Amino acid sequence: MEAVKRFTADFGLPRLLITVFLLLLFSAAPMVGVNLPSSLSDVLIRVGMNGIMVLAMVPMIQSGCGLNFGLSLGVLAGLLGATISIESGRVGLAGFLIAIVVGQVFGALFGFGYGKLLNRVKGGEMMIATYVGFSSVMAMCIAWVVLPFKSPTMIWGYGGSGLRTTISVEGFWRHILDDFLAFHLGENFKFPTGAVLVFLLVAVLVWVFFHLKLGTAVTAVGLNATYAKASGISINRMRIISVMMSTMLGALGIVVFQQSFGFIQLYDGPLYMAFPAVAAILIGGATVNKATLANVFIGTLLYQGILTMTPEVFNAVLKIDMSDVIRVIVSNGMILYALTRTMKVAK
Amino acid sequence: MEPILSLRGIGKTFFANRVLADVSFDVAPGEIVGLVGENGAGKSTLMKILFAMPEIAETGGFEGTIRFAGQDVAFRNSFDALDAGIGMVHQEFSLIPGFTTTENILLNRESVQGSFLVDIFGPRINTLDRAAMDARSRKAIAKLGVALDPDMLIREMPVGHKQFTEIARELCREHVKLIVLDEPTAVLTESEAEVLLGTLRLLAREGIAIIFISHRLREVVELCDRVVVLRDGHKINDFPAAGTSIKAIAALMVGRSAEAQARVDAESAARGQVHGGADDTILAVDGLWVDMPGETVRQVNLAVQRGEILGIGGLAGQGKLGIANGIMGLAPAGGTVLLNGVPLPLNTPRAALDRSMAFVSEDRRGVGLLLDEGIDWNIAFTAMQVQDKYVKPLLGGLLKWRSDAAMVQLAEEYIRLLEIKCTGPKQRAGALSGGNQQKVCLAKAFALRPELLFVSEPTRGIDIGAKHVVLETLKRYNQEYGTTIVMVSSELEELRSICDRIAIVYEGRIEGILPHTAPLEQFGILMAGAGRDEATAAAGRES
Repeated sequence: MEAVKRFTADFGLPRLLITVFLLLLFSAAPMVGVNLPSSLSDVLIRVGMNGIMVLAMVPMIQSGCGLNFGLSLGVLAGLLGATISIESGRVGLAGFLIAIVVGQVFGALFGFGYGKLLNRVKGGEMMIATYVGFSSVMAMCIAWVVLPFKSPTMIWGYGGSGLRTTISVEGFWRHILDDFLAFHLGENFKFPTGAVLVFLLVAVLVWVFFHLKLGTAVTAVGLNATYAKASGISINRMRIISVMMSTMLGALGIVVFQQSFGFIQLYDGPLYMAFPAVAAILIGGATVNKATLANVFIGTLLYQGILTMTPEVFNAVLKIDMSDVIRVIVSNGMILYALTRTMKVAK
Repeated sequence: MEPILSLRGIGKTFFANRVLADVSFDVAPGEIVGLVGENGAGKSTLMKILFAMPEIAETGGFEGTIRFAGQDVAFRNSFDALDAGIGMVHQEFSLIPGFTTTENILLNRESVQGSFLVDIFGPRINTLDRAAMDARSRKAIAKLGVALDPDMLIREMPVGHKQFTEIARELCREHVKLIVLDEPTAVLTESEAEVLLGTLRLLAREGIAIIFISHRLREVVELCDRVVVLRDGHKINDFPAAGTSIKAIAALMVGRSAEAQARVDAESAARGQVHGGADDTILAVDGLWVDMPGETVRQVNLAVQRGEILGIGGLAGQGKLGIANGIMGLAPAGGTVLLNGVPLPLNTPRAALDRSMAFVSEDRRGVGLLLDEGIDWNIAFTAMQVQDKYVKPLLGGLLKWRSDAAMVQLAEEYIRLLEIKCTGPKQRAGALSGGNQQKVCLAKAFALRPELLFVSEPTRGIDIGAKHVVLETLKRYNQEYGTTIVMVSSELEELRSICDRIAIVYEGRIEGILPHTAPLEQFGILMAGAGRDEATAAAGRES
């Protein structure tokens, strides 16, 4: 009994419940006529789509800035990259790389300003971050209308100016990663090799960063800022570095997301982009002040698993669409849970 | 005369740690008793017992009996004590800045006038009788002998007047018989303090008994009828103030038993004379000020000789901690600091670390450690960041890879060297005992191989065994590597046991520097801020 209790405490009750729920869904799936291989494939594809945005949470958590509720800012940088890439007319890998590189440039710029701002509101980062995310998305709503884009794929057909709400990347770089080295097992299972590889590669880069002298300093700032200061570290600089990293990862993440999803969603599309990523890393066992790559992997898998499996199983059984309700309950419930236990020392 | 307050056999332990033992004394009506002692001597605890502060009951109550105004009393809380006629003036002001003097003096005891509404809704909607309140506060102020404006807002007042307002508040209670003042002059200027002392004499003449707690021994000698000296929780002496001297009181405060004294003297004599004859200054501090809360440094001039262990002592709150924190860039500071003759930029910890200085903070858990990380990280981190140690260059030095193996090796070395009791180099620093945490902090500083090491309160809150290892380590480090050490400590004995010279800080200034062989009472005098002449003389002898 003691052992069970300890395990529950260490693993975290919500994480345990979600894992059990996911396993139940998987075991129930074949019984209600859901195609398991195709579901598994979907889960993997969605992990590849969303993984990098979950990774983007890590640097800011490690530096003590908390959860990046302002991830939308990074997403906006990525959107600028994607639209500029389409505007350039390049297709295939070249277009995809342009989207990434331009996204990184804007990500770095936005991240720097965002980091400067967060340094002025130490202690209230997450609240400010939420509003930075919301307001920047709204500000960009104006920009999408007025920016001088010309590509007919992107602008409104009738007015001749202003970007559409949804832009297809088909014919440009749709599924460029999902299809890279992809292989099929049986009829319904497709392994999105490219997307998973890129996710892993970026994860390795983040891992490397936190094993460098610089990454160690960032971690120390998050663990005990005064200790870091006494060791001659510039707290503000480390925090800006982490915020820039997070924002740039967000920009990369959204471009990877779009190649799989097939569309660029503008205007209020990025409004709630931060929440699934925040929820995923928390389900993975991260706290507001400590996150590991294991948290990212486990969390992304569990969260995307639930998101994929719930509608399929529930729709098959109940014939109603429960997916969005479950998604909202799980992600917001998880965020709420994590924020209430901020004070608890991370295990 | 029947004493108004009589304490019998008061004792108190906090978690098996005895802080007061068998303290007994009386206070007669109209008598002013000075209560003196070093930090930690038990003065505050004694007053907390008298006022039945909740922390006393929460930690298991106290021993002994209190007799007040002719009867045995057992106050359940501070309000009981106030009702019985004991007033307290705290060191920190408890006043509401946006209220006037009168409002503060009469807070929660306002004069009220009823109306028919009170009969319906109860006393909470009584209206204030401003005229009566004004009269009452004027009466209380009149007793002070100071012209306080009853209608002035507290936040617009000079500090001295705030202190007087506090006293007026206590006086305004009906039948106040005893007033306890905890360091009432600490924030006052000299002339304000004079006025306050006059006021207290006036009150005593009216028959109010006063317990006066102060580090300023001059005031104690001047004001008090009797002096009670506490040391390590024991009452050492209780004697009439008339005919005594600051020097005598100081000796009682810091003194140890004759044998202990002899042992320490022998020890320090055995260590031989003060370091180096030639003037080889490693650190020259000129006009240093440091804005560190509670430890303000006002004007410090100090020269540290290469290879010596310099002690910085003094009572808490006088600024000794501020000196180290200011020079190391952890607290806002100004002035000139020359390290090896070259100016050291202040307010940037990195500059100090780059110039081969290191600091062991008094705040172990807050500043000294990463509690959630292993011993290896804690020891290696600063050296890694500042000196690129325990780092492997990758891609031709473009990336600096943290070498976990080298860090573990370093941690193991110091675990062995400093006898750190732990399960291994990966054990979380937060899980170590205080003494072992302190050793980790020292190791962190040693790993930098500093030329000049600041150590702040290295033995605070650690057990005797660890204390010994820490002090021995410092001494050995000083001898083996020639590292100059500046050690800040509240424990004079400890400073005398390892330092060559000891500077005593008083009110943000160096009151004087004495060799470790100097007699205890001289230190006591400096600590009480009463030895400017003697200090100059001592410094003169020194140089």
